[in-house]
Amino acid sequence: MTVAENKKTIGNIPEHPKSLLLRMDRMPHIWCSRCGIGIVVGCLAAALEKAGLSPDDITITSGIGCTGRVAGYVKVDSFHTTHGRAIPFAVGLALSRPDLKHVVFSGDGDLVSIGGNHFIHAARRNQNLLVICVNNFTYAMTGGQLAPTTPVTARATTAPYGSFENPFCLPNLAISAGADYVARWTSLHIRRMTDTFEEALNREGFRFIEIIAPCSTIYARRNKLGTGLDLMKYYYENSEIKHDATAEELEIGFQTKIVVGKFVDKERPSYARAMNRHLGKILGKKYIPPEVGGPQ
Amino acid sequence: MHADPKGVLTGTHYLDGDHAAAEGACAAGCRFLAGYPITPSTEVAERCALRFPMIGGTFIQMEDELASIAAILGASWGGLKTFTVTSGPGFSLMMENIGLGIMMECPCVIINVQRGGPSTGLPTLPAQADMMQARWGSHGDYEIIALSPNSPQECFDLTIEAVNLSEQYRLPVMLMMDECIGHMTEKVVIPLAEEIDIVPRRWTREKPDTYLPYKPCDDLVPEIAPLGYGYRFHTTGLTHDQRGYPVLNAETQEECVGRLMDKVNKNAENIYHLEKHNLDDADVILISYGISSRVAIPAVGKAREDGIKVGELRLITVWPFPENLIRELAGNIKAFVMPEINYGQVVLEVERCVGGKCKTRLVGHAGGWVHDPESIYQAIKEVAQ
Repeated sequence: MTVAENKKTIGNIPEHPKSLLLRMDRMPHIWCSRCGIGIVVGCLAAALEKAGLSPDDITITSGIGCTGRVAGYVKVDSFHTTHGRAIPFAVGLALSRPDLKHVVFSGDGDLVSIGGNHFIHAARRNQNLLVICVNNFTYAMTGGQLAPTTPVTARATTAPYGSFENPFCLPNLAISAGADYVARWTSLHIRRMTDTFEEALNREGFRFIEIIAPCSTIYARRNKLGTGLDLMKYYYENSEIKHDATAEELEIGFQTKIVVGKFVDKERPSYARAMNRHLGKILGKKYIPPEVGGPQ
Repeated sequence: MHADPKGVLTGTHYLDGDHAAAEGACAAGCRFLAGYPITPSTEVAERCALRFPMIGGTFIQMEDELASIAAILGASWGGLKTFTVTSGPGFSLMMENIGLGIMMECPCVIINVQRGGPSTGLPTLPAQADMMQARWGSHGDYEIIALSPNSPQECFDLTIEAVNLSEQYRLPVMLMMDECIGHMTEKVVIPLAEEIDIVPRRWTREKPDTYLPYKPCDDLVPEIAPLGYGYRFHTTGLTHDQRGYPVLNAETQEECVGRLMDKVNKNAENIYHLEKHNLDDADVILISYGISSRVAIPAVGKAREDGIKVGELRLITVWPFPENLIRELAGNIKAFVMPEINYGQVVLEVERCVGGKCKTRLVGHAGGWVHDPESIYQAIKEVAQ
């Protein structure tokens, strides 16, 4: 059954429209009201529906943090791993089960601080992963510490006088590491985000999508930016779609313009495809393609 | 179930321990290795890089050991038999995700070809100083299985045993080699595939709607669901209930961690692999493992020539530790003598089990060389008086 075919009801009340993809027995979730993560999960669910995929066609792997909890709420084979290691864990999944689509869903601190080395190497090798990074500019679950994405002058509990260190610009990082597909949206861009997820789900290789999302309770409050709703207004007023943006234009300052769009869309053979092709060519008939895991 | 003949290089070979371990992994059905180069273990990965493309395996050299262990956990959930190989510094880096493997109950094998430490230590010289790290290195309470080979033949045999134990009990199993065994070249006999017993993955027979990922079977080990078959299971490093869902309270912690301990401890009698000689009438018992058991042979021979009744107990399984056996033996003898290439690690377990009932003598040093048999002989002679 695909998501579109799910017409379950509880008595006369229709179930949550995305209930086929959510672990309803785990609701309510731990995310704060006005947090942006749920929107991103909703868009991924919608993208699966649009792509005609069944929940049995994908796995979702998360690391640690607020976004790291996504794996626990999606009703697919899902893995909540250690801090920073979602990508290499999913590399193992992807190489052992190339017949499935593998999504890494985690936060900015998890993917590009503690897990930064894995991020660039998975992109370099073009591992067959769709990496969705919810960037809220802070370590939210631990109470609002400085992140590798925190804009200069923004405050964090461990930068009480404001940050003075240069943040990573995630699309630039992914592009320079060789990612095949790089996009950025905010949690306001629901339709475009969903379309990008749908397109990326049906592609091969290392695909990276950054979603700028509000952390209402921690980041917005500490920086006197109002609530999550005010941040959504800020995205509305300050984001600009520019698919051919330069590296400099992609940089994000404190409450400055956010350039969004799809910045890279190219095709290289994935790691697994390159391995098969190369070893097949060198070894000829002696080459036995990798076994696929699962019951025989 | 027998081994897949594709991976079994049947015949008589002249191999070092590292190469023999790689062949053991191939024979055991390992088809995924993620590793990072580190002396003195690299030859295992090198041989698999050469062999795997011809047996349907995937070898990937990862960016570091953190990634290596994470990738083998992922590939194990993908349904392949997996292992990684490293030495001290890399073993240290793997510790956090060894805990994840324990918590998620993920079958896999970690080979540690031990070298001198701490830190960079002695990259090319032997030690047995990671034995307690194998037991306790990741945070929190857990039980582990660790095996220690003393010859290239055993590097082959015990790699298969390690893979089988990891599948049977669903946990990371450590193969604790050392530089000396890893680089020692001897005859290795690889049997026919049908002579090698293989423990298959414990796939569940439950239907998705009744399946609980962490509901234990009678032997306290839960069954695994394959990906993409509608089970839609969740697994986490957080404390979890039988559904695999995080439940963060004391009761669930007790049930979750308690079973991780019990599944090893209550099955320990089936896990122990020990070699025993002349224990019945012994006055002194030499306990050893790995290369130290080889070096002790002339020392024991010389002591016997002196008329000292020396028994030998070799720990092929070091963890879980055979505590009941040590307790029983302690009441009947004068002393245990234990050579280890460290300043006293496994000997602490011996002392704990002996509880003062007999003497315990460590023959230890900091690593870089194997024991002089004379030092072991002198220790046996002293405690026998």
